[in-house]
Amino acid sequence: MIKLSHIEKTYDSPSGPVAALKGIDLHIGKGEIYGIIGLSGAGKSTLVRCINLLERPTAGSVIVDGKDMMALSAAELREARKDIGMIFQHFNLLSSATVYDNIAFPLRLSGTDEGKISEKVTPLLKLVGLEDKADKYPAQLSGGQKQRVGIARALASDPKILLCDEATSALDPQTTRSILDLIRDINAKLHLTVVVITHEMQVIKELCTKVAVIDQGVIAEEGTVLEVFTNPQQPITQEFISVLLSNELPVAFRGGAIEQEYSEDSYLLLRLTFIGESADDPVLAGMIRQFPEVECTMLFGDLDQISGQPFGRMIIGLTGKKERMQAAMAYLASKDLKEEVIGYVRRHDHAAL
Amino acid sequence: MSEDMIMLLFKALGETVYMVAVSMVIATIIGVPLGVLLHTTEKGGILAAPGFNKLLSSAVNAVRSIPFIILMVAIIPFTRMIVGSAIGTTAAMVPLVIASIPFIGRQVETSLKEVPFGLIEAAQSMGASPTQIIWKVLIPESLPSIVAQLTTVIIALVGESAMAGAIGGGGLGDLAIRYGYQRFRPEVMLATVVILIVLVQLVQLLGGALAKRLDKR
Repeated sequence: MIKLSHIEKTYDSPSGPVAALKGIDLHIGKGEIYGIIGLSGAGKSTLVRCINLLERPTAGSVIVDGKDMMALSAAELREARKDIGMIFQHFNLLSSATVYDNIAFPLRLSGTDEGKISEKVTPLLKLVGLEDKADKYPAQLSGGQKQRVGIARALASDPKILLCDEATSALDPQTTRSILDLIRDINAKLHLTVVVITHEMQVIKELCTKVAVIDQGVIAEEGTVLEVFTNPQQPITQEFISVLLSNELPVAFRGGAIEQEYSEDSYLLLRLTFIGESADDPVLAGMIRQFPEVECTMLFGDLDQISGQPFGRMIIGLTGKKERMQAAMAYLASKDLKEEVIGYVRRHDHAAL
Repeated sequence: MSEDMIMLLFKALGETVYMVAVSMVIATIIGVPLGVLLHTTEKGGILAAPGFNKLLSSAVNAVRSIPFIILMVAIIPFTRMIVGSAIGTTAAMVPLVIASIPFIGRQVETSLKEVPFGLIEAAQSMGASPTQIIWKVLIPESLPSIVAQLTTVIIALVGESAMAGAIGGGGLGDLAIRYGYQRFRPEVMLATVVILIVLVQLVQLLGGALAKRLDKR
């Protein structure tokens, strides 16, 4: 649906040219909710504006729905933009127009007659849950309601693509959730391709199917949200994820001596990650039944959902005879989960165990 | 004060209102588009033409730097060409209009600058043309501010119209100078001053109320 090839964007600044995007390739399929995450200044807002050419790339090609956007004339580009809705961090509603008139705005631009506009705007008001606010002005609405107007306005021209530029960054967590629900809903109902720009991993986790991590004008990492979350490759990605998924040891072990060698009175700390179906499997119960002489203590546990897939993480401590523990480890390795050995911690160091 | 004097005051008030109103209408018709041009042709604007913008801006500055009393005398030949005479109320309107056009242009430019760039970007993302952005975004969004600015221009015009007496333009200023000052009639001077104060208050009150009514922010 959207194909960006070798996108470069350079700005002229008093101190010479500044490269905001340095060769970006991105392919976004029809119906996907594609997330682009990056720190401020990473170039993500510039990148999303290259899709509807609010920013014209210095080099590269932009193909949207089979159209080469860069080759269009000014008038053709304006027409093509009507197929690409966009919502913004600061909503960008007309303060002088009512909710109804704001949503009708793109239709009036195309010279649609008022009867048709009403037929279009009324269901949109209903879709975003603002039927009773039609005659209000933006100043009378909350942030979440303003973004709902923004969404309805973006949908008024029946676009095939919805671009969300930091759409929830100015909203509180509850409102963010309801807006994300709405976007997900729209994606499912209208089969819209959605591109989401954000600096919040939470948004990617709750909403997106695929994600690209952008850092200093290049794509650092790309994949399905589940892949990127469970197996991040780049430090920048790990940093984003660490905000959501703490990778630190439980307090009792922080700073303690962690050894790599087995000793009889130590606990072996294991970090287990369950993805998808295996998160529901009673793997631990199985291990405990099969190796009753290996003592198993759960130190940390967390069950989450990523792209609708269960995703569990756990830190356990094992203690017992060396060979039995190795057998227990082998048992775990045979199961559909990811395990990572943290090390051995002496029992008497940590009375808490 | 004699009845004749009161009649003279009313006539002078009528002339002032006539001069200000007609000049304002003509100056607005030309000044608002000028302000739109000043704003939109700026570097990064929706009709960016930086060279043209510099030229326009310099011309505006040039006219604005001439004191009204000098402008009025300096353009007498031009005034004569337009209205056929350099004396009288109608003749006084020519310099009033010329002085107000760049003033309105700058004021409108300032108002338009207040419209957040995000709104223009949003309109562009919906496929709006530059003309549509001017008519459907820039002007409606800055209308309260434009009204407030135009109120200021009207008040400045009331003041300038008083100087028009110098070229026989009539009006309250003319009356104050000829009767109040030159004929030593302080009560006439006082009366014109009071009328001018009331007039300006009234304009400010109405302009302010209208701007407030239009403002939905």
